[in-house]
Amino acid sequence: MTQPILEIRGLVKEYQPGKPVLRGIDLSIGAQGITAIIGPSGTGKSTLLRCVNRLVEPTQGSIMMGGQDLARLRGGALRAARRRIGMVFQEYNLVERLSVMENVLTGRLGYVPLWRAWLRRYPREDLDRAFALLDAVGLPEQATRRADALSGGQRQRVGIARALMQSPALLLADEPTSSLDPKTAVEVMELMARLTGEAGVPVIVNIHNVELAKRFAVRIIGMTGGRVVFDGPPDAISNDHLSEIYGGEDWL
Amino acid sequence: MRRAFAPNWPARLGLLALAVYSIWATSQLGITGERLATGLGEGGRFLARMWPPDFTRWELLVEGLVESMQIAVISTALGIILSLPLGLMAARNLAPAWLSAPTRGFIAVCRSLHYVIVAILFVKAIGFGALAGVAALTVASLGFVAKLFAEAIEEISMKQVEAVRASGAGPAAVLLYGVLPQVASRFIGFSLYQLDSNLRNSTLVGIVGAGGIGGTLFAAFKRFDYDFVAAILLAIIALIFAAEIVAGRIRAALQ
Repeated sequence: MTQPILEIRGLVKEYQPGKPVLRGIDLSIGAQGITAIIGPSGTGKSTLLRCVNRLVEPTQGSIMMGGQDLARLRGGALRAARRRIGMVFQEYNLVERLSVMENVLTGRLGYVPLWRAWLRRYPREDLDRAFALLDAVGLPEQATRRADALSGGQRQRVGIARALMQSPALLLADEPTSSLDPKTAVEVMELMARLTGEAGVPVIVNIHNVELAKRFAVRIIGMTGGRVVFDGPPDAISNDHLSEIYGGEDWL
Repeated sequence: MRRAFAPNWPARLGLLALAVYSIWATSQLGITGERLATGLGEGGRFLARMWPPDFTRWELLVEGLVESMQIAVISTALGIILSLPLGLMAARNLAPAWLSAPTRGFIAVCRSLHYVIVAILFVKAIGFGALAGVAALTVASLGFVAKLFAEAIEEISMKQVEAVRASGAGPAAVLLYGVLPQVASRFIGFSLYQLDSNLRNSTLVGIVGAGGIGGTLFAAFKRFDYDFVAAILLAIIALIFAAEIVAGRIRAALQ
């Protein structure tokens, strides 16, 4: 493996004292390709991703990225770290009352001064890049539409454009396809894989669909009960592993 | 026999008690058929003296109306400007408890006193005139708008806010892009509604000496110029109708 971009050591998260959701996670994430995390609902996959960009506060452990421990950052340093970490959400989380363009430019809020954001006076190169990203995600004519006028698949495309607008060094995707129909899910995964591949951005994706995970990921991490129980390439995962991760075998 | 509808005895007893109390209270207040008859007779004479409305002192009337409108507009503007930060500070999903609790308390105090009482307080404190009216209605406006604004903020989708925060935006940028777009149209609605009620309220504060057409109205009452009173009342009704039409147009345009 090349130099890892992210080093997680002994990560523990307890929402309630004594009831850990993550029970000591150790992971290094390489600087390339898609890493898929699979596992049953409520096993802490989402919490793990949210600890990385600190939407959730870790209880213990370290998360090293670029020589900094993300778990210890505060204030301006935390915001500077967050802007290098894009995130794509299960329910898209677009600001519905804003236009598609404004949502994409939200990815620049960590970079531009407040007055520019307020007056919509973004630097020309930001606007050019936003248009280029909208073209790339297949929404070339939608810049001025309001986000709540889009379909689910279109919204997730905007979500991907917004995340890439941050010029991220790492992309987190939390169940990006779970709210989409199967065909759109594949299209969105393909799009995300292609654009992050072109930009050389590594991706960590939580995903329910094992087939999708195998198809797009270079590495699969299986979690259950707040621990990592499988870590390897997609072709190494067997039904035994799946039954350990999800429990039972009748569904296989 | 099987019972399809259960009798609601508490409700029946409650209604009976209300009826008994109302009859008793009426007799206590000396409201009799005789008293009602004299009252109606007086009312008829009063109405007769109001007709025809006397618009000869229209300059006084216009002066009062203009002052009332100015009080209403200024106090609404001040109230809205103050409501923005207060509403944000009072919203429990955004502000920490040590900030939201005292802010909510302050807003509750602003709302607890009727604006006429607040106007009397300001007249006593800073003297007769429009300034007291503006101050009183500003307090009333921020009590109303800040409370509804805070409630609107508490209903926003935090997922949208979370996404903006995840991009590395600072607190002010999160407000601008994550919070305000979700509540802007409702905030404008509250503000329009408040302008509407301030126009109404500004016609009254003059009665306690806080400026506007209310002072003119009160003076006309005291001099028994009932035809001028009628003219003032008609003018107020026309103003409120006009304001309601304008507000309706703005609301429709914002949809």
